Amino acid sequence: MADQFPAIIVLAPLFGALIVGLAGSRDHRICFPVVLVSLAVSLFASLGVFLQVLQSGPVSYFMSGWDTEKSVLGAGIELRIDAINGLVLIVIAVVSILVSIFSIRRAGEETTEKTPQFYVLFLLLTVGIFGMTVTNDAFNLFVLVEVSSLTSYALIAMGKARRGTMAAFNYILMGTVGASFYLLGVGYLYLKTGTLNMGHIHEVLTANGGEIGRSPSVMVAFVMILVGLWIKMAFFPLYGWLPNAYSYAPSTSGCILAPLMTKVSVYVMIRVMLGVFGWEWVFGHLGWNHAVVWLAVIAILAGSVLALAQRELKKMLCYLIVAEVGYMVGGAWLADSEGWGMTGAIYHILADAFMTLCLFIAASILVKRCKARRIEDLGGMFKKMPVTMTGFIIGALAMIGIPPTCGFFSKFYLIRGGIESGHWEFVAALILSSLINAVLFFRIFEIAFFGNKPAEGHGHEEGETSEQGSIGEQALSVREARLSTLIPLLVTAAIVILLGVFNGPVIAVIRSAIEPLIAVGG
Amino acid sequence: MKEFFETSIEPHFNYWVYVILMMIGLWAVIAKNNLIKKLIGMSIFQTAIILFYVSVGVKKGSGIPIIPKAKEAAAGAGEHGAAGAVNPDLFANPLPHVLMLTAIVVGVSTLGVALAVAQQLFKDFGTLEEDEILEQIKTADKASPDG
Repeated sequence: MADQFPAIIVLAPLFGALIVGLAGSRDHRICFPVVLVSLAVSLFASLGVFLQVLQSGPVSYFMSGWDTEKSVLGAGIELRIDAINGLVLIVIAVVSILVSIFSIRRAGEETTEKTPQFYVLFLLLTVGIFGMTVTNDAFNLFVLVEVSSLTSYALIAMGKARRGTMAAFNYILMGTVGASFYLLGVGYLYLKTGTLNMGHIHEVLTANGGEIGRSPSVMVAFVMILVGLWIKMAFFPLYGWLPNAYSYAPSTSGCILAPLMTKVSVYVMIRVMLGVFGWEWVFGHLGWNHAVVWLAVIAILAGSVLALAQRELKKMLCYLIVAEVGYMVGGAWLADSEGWGMTGAIYHILADAFMTLCLFIAASILVKRCKARRIEDLGGMFKKMPVTMTGFIIGALAMIGIPPTCGFFSKFYLIRGGIESGHWEFVAALILSSLINAVLFFRIFEIAFFGNKPAEGHGHEEGETSEQGSIGEQALSVREARLSTLIPLLVTAAIVILLGVFNGPVIAVIRSAIEPLIAVGG
Repeated sequence: MKEFFETSIEPHFNYWVYVILMMIGLWAVIAKNNLIKKLIGMSIFQTAIILFYVSVGVKKGSGIPIIPKAKEAAAGAGEHGAAGAVNPDLFANPLPHVLMLTAIVVGVSTLGVALAVAQQLFKDFGTLEEDEILEQIKTADKASPDG
C-alpha cells in the first residue's frame, strides 16, 4: 500500500472526478463528500510519501512497473518525490481541501447550478497539479500541464460574468502557445538526449564533461521550455492573461487557481532548472542569471505599481500575484553559492500559496457579501464582518512581510540570497515592493476601520448585468459570512502564521534537499 | 543561392516548413481580429509542432517499427529488441510519433474547450470580432466600472 502512494496521490482525485461525473448529476449532494474524501486520500498519501522521503531519501515510482531499464527509451513514466515536491504536494492537498470546503454553497450559486460539472473540473485540476508536481517525465509533464490548463480555462469561463468568458478565451490562446513552446523545448531535448526521463536527460547532458550540454540545441530547448513556463506562471512580460482571468472568474475558481497554478509552474521551473539541466549548466554554462534577475526586478516593481493603480480589490490582488511570481523567479535565479535565494524561492512557493488563498477567500467573501468590488466600498467593514476582516488582515500582513507570518521569513531568505549573490537591485526591489504592499493594505485597513458606510445609490451599483439586483438594500443588512466560508479562511490564516513560526524545520528540509543539487554542480 | 539551398534548406526542409507554419499560426493568433481565425491560428501552431516531432522520428531508408518484422530482420532478437539484436537503422523511431498521438488529443481537446468558450462569447456579446467585444466591454465599463 505504502509503495503505491505516489500513484494514489494522482489517481484518487481522478477516480473522485469519475464518480462525481457519473453520480453527481442525479444528486448534487453527493458531490462534496466525494470531493472531500478523494482529496483527503491524496493528502494522506502525500503525507505518507513525505515521511518516507524524510526517512529514506527520494522516492521513485514507475507507472505500471516500467522500470528504469525500459524508461531509458523514454517509454516508462517515473513519478519522483523528493523533499521539495513532497512539501508542494502537501500544500496542494491542503489548499484544495480548504477551497472545496469554501465552495460548498458557492459552487452552485456561482455557476448557475452546475455543481457536479464544477467539482469534476475542480478534481481534474488537482489531478493535473498533483501530476505536474510528481512526474519525472518531461513529456508527461506537458500532458499534465495541459490537463490542469484545460480545466482552469473551463473553470474561469463557468461564471456568469461575460468578461470572465473573454478572459478565459485570451487565457486559452496564451496558455496553448505557452504549452506548445514547452513541448517544442522537450522535442529539442529529446533530439539531443534520446530520452524523456528528467533524470536520464540530466545524466546525458552532464556525461563526458557536459559535451552534449554545450550544444546550441540544448540551449534552444532550455529557452523554449523557460518561455513556455513563464507564460504559464505569468512572469512579467507574459502576464497579460492573468489579472482579468482570475478576477472575473467565479470566486471558487479564482480561489483554487490563484494560489496553485502560478506557484506550481514556478516549482516546475525550479525542477527543470535543477533536475534536468542542473545548477552548473544553468548558472555556469548559460550564465543568464543577471538578465533574469533584472527581469524579475522589473516584474516585482511593475506588479506592485500596477496593483497600486487598481481600484478593484480582486484586480489588485491579481497584480500582487504578478509581483510575487517575480519574487520567486528572481530568488530562483539569484545563484548565490549557498543557494539561499533558491531556498527562499521554494519556501515562498509554500508561503505564497497560503497567503494568496487567505486574501482571495477574504476578498471573495467581501465581494459577495457587500458587493464591495472596489476598495472604497469597504468602509466600516470591521464592524460588520470582524472575523472576515481578521483573516484578511493576517493575509495582508503576510503579503507585506511582517513577522511572525510566513511572508516575513520568505522575504528574509530571499533578501539573504540577494545580498550574498550581490544582486542589490533585487534586494531593493523586494524592500520597495514591501513598502508598496504596506501602502496598499494600510489604505484598505484605514477605510475598513474608520471609513463610513458607502453612500447608497452609487453610480457603479447599477451592474452591467441584471443579476446584481438591488444592491443598496443588501448593503444595509450585511452580516458575518457563512461558517463554511469562514472556517477555510481562519484555517488558512492560522497556517500563514504557523508556517512562519515553524519556518525552521521547513527551511531545514528544503536545505537538505537542495544542497546535494548545488554540490553536484560545484 | 543554389549552394545555400542545397546546404541549408534542402536537408532540413521539414524543419523550415515547421518554423514557417509556426510563425503563420502565431501571427494569426496575435493579429487576426476574428476569434475563430485566432483559433485556426492556434491549431496551425500546434500542428507545426506535430510536424517537427514526426520529422524527428523519421530516418532515411527505414521502415515501420513492428516487432515481427524486427524478428525477421534479426533472427532470434529479444522481445523488446534487446541491444544489438535489432539493427535500429532499419526502423523509424516510433516514440515521437506515439507522443504526437497524445499531443493531437491534447490539441483537439484544447480546440474543443476553446470553441465552447467562443460559443458562449457569441451568446454573451452577439459577435465574434474581438474589437467589437472589447468595445462592448468598454461601454459597459463606462456605465458601471465594476462590470
